[in-house]
Amino acid sequence: MMGEQKTKAAGARVEVRNLTKKFGDLLVLDDISFNVEKGEFLCIVGPTGCGKTTFLNSLTRLYDLTAGEILVNGEAVDPKKHNISYIFQEYSAMPWLSVEDNIRFGLDIKGVPKQEAQENVEEMLEIVGLEKFRKQYPHQLSASMLQRVSIARAFATKPDLLLMDEPYGQLDIELRFKLEDELIKLWEKLGTTVLFITHNIEEAVYLGQNIMVLTNKPTKVKTVIPDEIPHPRDVTAPEFVKLRNYVTDMIKWW
Amino acid sequence: MQKKKSKYLWILSAVTVVFVLFIWWLVTDGLGIFTSNTLPSPIKIVQAFIKKLTDPNPDGATLGAHLLSSLKIVLSGYLLGVVIGIPMGIVMAWYEKADLMIRPVFDMIRTVPGIAWVPVMVVFCGIGFTSKAIVIFIGAVVANVINAYSGIKQTKQVHLWVGATFGASNWQLLTKIALPSAFPMIINGLKLSLGGAWTTIVAAELLASNRGIGYMIQQARGILRPDIIIVGMFVIGIVGSLLMLPISLLEKKVMKGGKW
Repeated sequence: MMGEQKTKAAGARVEVRNLTKKFGDLLVLDDISFNVEKGEFLCIVGPTGCGKTTFLNSLTRLYDLTAGEILVNGEAVDPKKHNISYIFQEYSAMPWLSVEDNIRFGLDIKGVPKQEAQENVEEMLEIVGLEKFRKQYPHQLSASMLQRVSIARAFATKPDLLLMDEPYGQLDIELRFKLEDELIKLWEKLGTTVLFITHNIEEAVYLGQNIMVLTNKPTKVKTVIPDEIPHPRDVTAPEFVKLRNYVTDMIKWW
Repeated sequence: MQKKKSKYLWILSAVTVVFVLFIWWLVTDGLGIFTSNTLPSPIKIVQAFIKKLTDPNPDGATLGAHLLSSLKIVLSGYLLGVVIGIPMGIVMAWYEKADLMIRPVFDMIRTVPGIAWVPVMVVFCGIGFTSKAIVIFIGAVVANVINAYSGIKQTKQVHLWVGATFGASNWQLLTKIALPSAFPMIINGLKLSLGGAWTTIVAAELLASNRGIGYMIQQARGILRPDIIIVGMFVIGIVGSLLMLPISLLEKKVMKGGKW
């Protein structure tokens, strides 16, 4: 199916039109519309419990939509057709697979030829610095290594669209910085479109090209703020602090 | 950090074994508190064991013949129960319609303990191989279905989501995610049902049989031969743990990643 896997991701263009999601009578996502350009790094922030995860799960069709549509490169989104990767908030490495086999997981599912898959796995092992741990199993790894396995697995398929749901939420600050920089490097190298959900405003300002602010439930798009500070960004620079404060003000609903 | 284990710790276990054997010898041959008609000494047990290897008296068959008879029944019933039970549990857990179809019958059967099937099976098929193999089979099916079923049901949502976002088919979700997730539970089912099968065969042979380890024990009880009874008990224990070996090996081989 994905036989002619490209070595570089194309970067998907995403159109979200009137996305609405109800759980029973509870309206969670209220008529959301926006576009994400090819290769864009979009950070999505919003108050706690505003339905960010529901938003991402609807986007990948893990949840059925109540109304609206999501188009990837002009077609209704379908994980079987589009090359999507999702990095979840919780640890999601398969405990029965070694580090290497975990990273190969998506490639196996997509039926990528063995040799090409192995090349991608080697590349990712090197990028996330887990070469020495390739034969280890998840229960032998630290929290940061586990999250790196998930990142490597997600990037190994060279996704056109990468979704990340607070992937660094449970890590300490030093590791977060390190993995954020790794993420930027990967994104610059591969040209993937990235949707990155976080409740951490500093993280959003550090990573994103655009920052989308969501409202409280029922969730709508409040605004999209461009973040044009050049990489590498300095979290103590005046322009960074200014933008961070601005985004913070936009999130406040009181 | 893991503490380095001393090589000589096995001595502690050996001391216990020797101590128990010594006390046993002391209260029997040593001080004569128990006569060999009630509790034979360890030496007499070994003698009875060696004799029973070749002597078909007093119950009509050698120890080996009894053991073989019991093993044949256990392994036939057990293996058939495994081969049918595991796939059945998986199918019931994965396909809701299959669950709805099988469950009413299964729920009726599962609460009846294996041994309670013996009388009705004896009426249907006599006291030979078939009736007991069916009883063992029923017990094994139930345990394997339940464990395979729970194992599949306990698959983590996030693992299935990882598969789904990579575009996995339903078959891939089952074989690449749910099945490996269920593996520890399936092994658990294999162990439980084997223990159950071994218990059931002995009990069934005590009730209704003309061959087998349970039968040998029952006959020895009738003619007051506690030495043969105890030989039978030891054989049951040792063979039971030997039967577990292949399963433990399989578990070690597949679960390199530790428990999950």
